[in-house]
Amino acid sequence: MIRARRLSRRFGQKRVLERLDLDLEEGGFLVVTGPNGSGKTTLLRLCAGLLAPTGGELRVEIDRGGIGFLAHEPLVYRELSALENLELFGRLYRVPERRERTGMLLERFGLWNVRNERAGSFSRGMLQRLALCRTFLHEPELLLLDEPFNALDAEGTELLARELEELRPERTFLVATHDPERLSPLTTGSLTLA
Amino acid sequence: MRYFRDVATLARKDLLLELRARDTVPAMLLFVVAALVVFHFALPADSSDLAAYGLLWVALVFTALLGLVRSFSAERDQGLLDGLVLAPCDRSAIWLAKALAMLAFLVLAEIVALPAFAIFFTGIGWKTVAGVALANLGICAVGTLLAAMAAASRARELLLPLLFLPLAIPIVVGGVGAGVVEDGGRYLGLLAVYDAIFAIICWASFEYVVTE
Repeated sequence: MIRARRLSRRFGQKRVLERLDLDLEEGGFLVVTGPNGSGKTTLLRLCAGLLAPTGGELRVEIDRGGIGFLAHEPLVYRELSALENLELFGRLYRVPERRERTGMLLERFGLWNVRNERAGSFSRGMLQRLALCRTFLHEPELLLLDEPFNALDAEGTELLARELEELRPERTFLVATHDPERLSPLTTGSLTLA
Repeated sequence: MRYFRDVATLARKDLLLELRARDTVPAMLLFVVAALVVFHFALPADSSDLAAYGLLWVALVFTALLGLVRSFSAERDQGLLDGLVLAPCDRSAIWLAKALAMLAFLVLAEIVALPAFAIFFTGIGWKTVAGVALANLGICAVGTLLAAMAAASRARELLLPLLFLPLAIPIVVGGVGAGVVEDGGRYLGLLAVYDAIFAIICWASFEYVVTE
């Protein structure tokens, strides 16, 4: 599903990724690790099409509508409620049975009771839960997750681990994390960036 | 149809954000009224209506600029443009929705500004109103594209006026001309042509502005 050959990305003079080769087959679960600044987020952004490579080639065999991207930022509007945010993205992603799907995700991630509260009033952990709802909303085939367990409490971590386990057989994952141990039962491969 | 549904969804979101945050329209209203009040006292009593029309357009262009600087603030501050760009809708829908929301804000400001101008300075004819309406389209089309470009820069408050004001000169020329010249139709034509050309350019080029 993702194939990179000698993939490079620079920001000005700074080399972030240099001649990276990567293959991620459909149904694969690849964990990307590495120290801060090693290019994990850049790799995910390249795969999402948010950045263009400065060298090499990258082929992602899926339309952007089939990608679920969880970034550092939750990518939700703080002035809108949790429900309004998911409604907005549900419409843009043309999610069938949007209301049912939105309600189900809010319920599953423990946000149903605060669905009408503005996202701006949420704690960082709740925003991460909402961001996960947004990411899973359109049932993407390829999930690009940047530190998915970030800011989650024990319950949230458990919820996400269960969700990933459920989705694992049907989806393709590229996950950047500092905690690969937590995902080790699911992974089909790992990549360490220096 | 889907395209216009996406535009409606995005424009509704922008209007809702403004309704909740109220950080653009009140600032625009306050600015345009304050500018007209200052111009009223700054302009000598015996100066002509022509000078007053010029000042009206100065106030309108800078009011629009104030709104444009804030038009991508939610997306910029929260990195949300990535979320919108990743959605499987035509990216020009983001531009069109933003331009429509901006148009609504500008019209609201003008609903207050034009009667205020009539009170402080002189009456307004239909040609001036038509000039303002046509100018709004050009301002919002060009301004929204440039606001998206400037949003990526740290110096956006400086960059946006530098990019926008030179491109707004034909709008000012057309708007003032439509209001003060006997045969104002020519200037309205100029504004319509400007709107058509720049709307197409902005619509077609927005995708390249928000992606690498």
